[in-house]
This record gives sequence, structure tokens and C-alpha cells, in this order.
Amino acid sequence: MKGIRIHGREGQGSVTAAEMLSVAAFEDGKFSQAFPAFGVERRGAPVQAFTRISDSPIRLRSQIYTPDYVIVQDATLLETVDVASGIKDDGIIIVNTTEEPESLKLNTKAKVMTVDATKVAMDVMGIPIVNTVLLGAFAGATGEINVESIQKAIRARFAGKVGEKNAQAIQKAYQLIRGEEE
Amino acid sequence: MIDPAYKGKMVVVEGSYAVAHAAKICRPNVISAYPITPQTHIVEDLSQFIADGEIPNCEYINVESEFSAISALIGASAVGARTYSATTSQGLLLMHEALFNASGMRLPIIMTVANRAVGAPINIWNDHQDSIAQRDTGWIQLYVEDVQEASDTLPQLYKIAEDNEVMLPGMVCMDGFILSHVYEPVILLEQELTDNFLPAFQPENILDPEDPKTFGAFAAPDTYEEFRFLQEQAMQKALPKIEAVAKEFEEVFGRFHGGLVDGYHLDDAEIIVMSMGSILGTVKDVVDQYRARGEKIGVLKVRSFRPFPVQQVREAIKNSHAVVVLDKNISIGTNEGALFTETKSCLYNSKIRVPVMGYTVGHGGRDIRAESIVKVIEETKKAAKSGITVESQFLDLKEELL
Repeated sequence: MKGIRIHGREGQGSVTAAEMLSVAAFEDGKFSQAFPAFGVERRGAPVQAFTRISDSPIRLRSQIYTPDYVIVQDATLLETVDVASGIKDDGIIIVNTTEEPESLKLNTKAKVMTVDATKVAMDVMGIPIVNTVLLGAFAGATGEINVESIQKAIRARFAGKVGEKNAQAIQKAYQLIRGEEE
Repeated sequence: MIDPAYKGKMVVVEGSYAVAHAAKICRPNVISAYPITPQTHIVEDLSQFIADGEIPNCEYINVESEFSAISALIGASAVGARTYSATTSQGLLLMHEALFNASGMRLPIIMTVANRAVGAPINIWNDHQDSIAQRDTGWIQLYVEDVQEASDTLPQLYKIAEDNEVMLPGMVCMDGFILSHVYEPVILLEQELTDNFLPAFQPENILDPEDPKTFGAFAAPDTYEEFRFLQEQAMQKALPKIEAVAKEFEEVFGRFHGGLVDGYHLDDAEIIVMSMGSILGTVKDVVDQYRARGEKIGVLKVRSFRPFPVQQVREAIKNSHAVVVLDKNISIGTNEGALFTETKSCLYNSKIRVPVMGYTVGHGGRDIRAESIVKVIEETKKAAKSGITVESQFLDLKEELL
């Protein structure tokens, strides 16, 4: 079983991202579970959402304390939230930032990867919404989920042009983190 | 990997959507709705179904409080409508007075309770204090473990409640947020199978101007006691029907979630962990770890809290060395959760002498980690060997905050 923790700020769509990840994992033939770290909703406040992916049915209902992967939507969270908390040594942390991984100085043995998801979102969609973009980066960085499955899940959730633009942005982030596009 | 035969039937949806869909498939005639976290998505989804014309012959009533929500259903049920609502926490407490009326008038109203803690202090997260506080209202209470069960239990409960020998209201209790807001693969309740499984509601007595009757109007001391007796008798008659309907559901749908109770590695279990609701999933994962090491730990899921399955609980635990009960509620003044009290109570006049320990857990949504379940099992193993030292206690109490 793999555990993913998504850090964001309320309003950035962390819960939606976790849900879309669970839909995409299921599309790939795996069992999945997504849920928010239920907070009192205030726009801008730090939030967490979780996804579990497994080859067998998932019964565990606790939050995820030792994730395999962490996604950080907003690098300003690094100042106040220990995003590396509990991550496995062979895990991967993906941060939306313009900076290089080394300059983030995260206290972890896990691999840190960065992607300028905000730029991808602005270039492709014209709005700084990065939740779906980061799922493309997740697929590229981890290989846990097919990028096509993520795009399918997004198109099912957001019909028409919005879904299409998101799918393009996902593709771009996927290639960017794999070093296939500058 | 998911069995391809199942994958085609399953979809990943929010728990609330699966429940709203199941309510729709049961063909209700009247739905009353007053939104309250974490129940809101259920009534929102139902509202959407109504707006899209997906629930034929159904009136959706936006009411101004939960007291009105249950009152509207009492009237509707009395004229022969199949009724549904959903609520939680303070909303359920506001219904409290009328819950007795619904049961006393023998109206098989069905609700989903998205279990949540009660204030003060205000807390929107999950525990079972809200529905446990309705224990004596005369409602059937079934607690569910996952989203599939929350969905599948609705048609079962309609069938049980509307049985002419039962005629009692019932609530499906699902953990708020943990189940209401989770996305997981589920088979959405099937319309055609449900139509075969669940017959139309045909009560013997209804309010009808052509044939005037009264419901619950007045009973003096010379008759009131008999009303109470008949309510209790109806609950006892519901016991075997809960089992039978669960089996019938399995025959039609191929899914089984337990009858009154359900066991997991129970047959040779020396230590048994007993509980209700979604915590059972976490407990089962922990028990798998013990079993992998050859330790005989088992799980007793209590699905029906009202009526309480005394015989089934006795039967399930009689050969164990010790039992530990996890309650997401507490009766302040006894330091015990309700399931713990019931379990001890059903053993006293039997010949079964098994030590029973209790923990109250997950108050106000405190996350229950696998490590905490391990701690509980280790303490229970000690009790099996050398007796109980602390009968009931809070789990994961933060001493530094006291």
C-alpha cells in the first residue's frame, strides 16, 4: 500500500487533487481511498488531504503518518508546516516552486523534486490553479499512476474546455519533471 | 489488482454520494432535509437528483430545522409514504423528542446519521455520542463499517423496519467525515435488484379521511404500558429479521456485511476486539499483523446496537480469554462507553466468565492509529493472563493538557 499526503492552502483544491488521484488509481486497476484532514474551513489556512493506493481492498481509516509521497502545492507552507514529517527514506517530495530542490533545505532523506507548476498553469490555463498540474508531476516523478488515467479522471470531473486545458497542463508537468521538456 | 469482473461495476465516489444514490434507489416518497456538517453532501446530492427528475413520485421538503425534518416525516409516514432524511450531532439531538414519537407511533422512517460529536465544546468531527444518546428512543440502530455497507444497509433497513411485525423507525449510523467524505470504490446500489429485493411500503394502518384513525394521541395508565411492551416486542422480532434480511440481500446482490454481528478470525480467538463502525477496518488490519505472527486475536463487529443481539454476542465471545470493547462515546458518570456496558450486562446472568475491558476512543474525531489498537490489544493480553487492573479508560489521553 502506498500513502500520499498533499499539503496546500484551503481553496487550492488539495482535497480535489486527492480525490482525482484515487479515481485515477482505480482506473489503473488498483484499490484507492482519498480523504481530507478535516479542518474548519478558512480560505488560505494550511490543509492536508490523503490518498491510499493498494493492490488489495483498503480498510485502514487513520490518517497517513508515514507517507511514501508528499505533494506541496504552495512553497510558502515550508515556513510553517513540516511537510517532510514521517516520509519514508525512499519516498519522494514534490514541491511547487521556482527554486531548485537543494535550496529548499528540507530535513529529510527522501528525494526532493521541484516543478514550477504555477508557471505551467499560467502558460496553459491562464490561472494559477496547480492542483491538477501537480498530479501530472506526480505521475511523472513516481510512476505510480498512468498520466492518461489522471487526465481521464480530470476530464470526467471538469467537462469540456476546462477539463481539456487541465489535461494539457498535466501532460506538460508530467514531461517537465521527467526532463522531457524545458 | 481489482478483479476485472468487479471493476466494471465499481466507481470511485464520495461516501455521501453513494448513500444519496442508495436512498434514491429505495424509491422514497418524501425526503426532508436540513443541512448540517458532515451530513450536508447527502441531502445536497438528493436535492440534485430531485432537480434532475431522477426520483419519481417524491416530495423533497426543505425544512427550517431538524425538529421539522423529523416532524414532516412523521406526518408523511403516517399516511403511508416511504420516508428518508439524514442528520447528525446537534441536529439529531434536536430531533430527540420526536424520535420517541416516530417509534411510539410505529412509523418506519429511515434516516442516515453521519455520526458526529456533540457540543459543548463545538466539534464537527466524528464520534458516536449523537446516536448513542438516542439509544432509548425505540429506533433500530445499525452501525456500518465502510461506504459499501452504508449504502447497502439502507434497503435492508427499509425492509426490516417496514415488516408488519416490526414497524419501527431505524437509523443507519455511518462515521461522519471518515465515511461521509471518503472517496473509495463502491458498487452503487442497483435499481433492478433493489426493486426485486425491497417491496413497496404497504402499512396495515394509515391516516386516511375515508377511514379515520388516530396515531399516538393518548394512552392513560390503563393502556400505556402495553404500548411500551409492544414496542419492545417489535424490537425482539426485528432481531431475526436483521439476520434474515442480510442473508437475503447477499443472495440477491452478492454482498454481505454481517447480520446482527459479524466475526473476523473469531473461531479460535483468545482475545476479541469488539466495536462498531469504521474503526473496525483499522482493527482488522492490526489483527492481520497479529495473526501473521500466530497470535489468536479476533474481531467482533456489532452491527445492530438496537435491538441488541444478546445471544449472538454471548455466543461469539464465550470461548475467548478476554474481550476489549472500543466505544466512540461515553456515558459521563460511569466512565464507560455504551457497547462496553451492554456487553458486560449480557454476560452477567450467563455462565460465561470472560474478563471484559473497555476503552472510549476517538472522541471528537481524534484519529485512531494502528499503534493505539496495538496498545489496546497488548493491555488485553495482560488482562487475560493476570486479570483486569483498569476496567474502563480513555484511549490516547493527552495528560499534558489536563
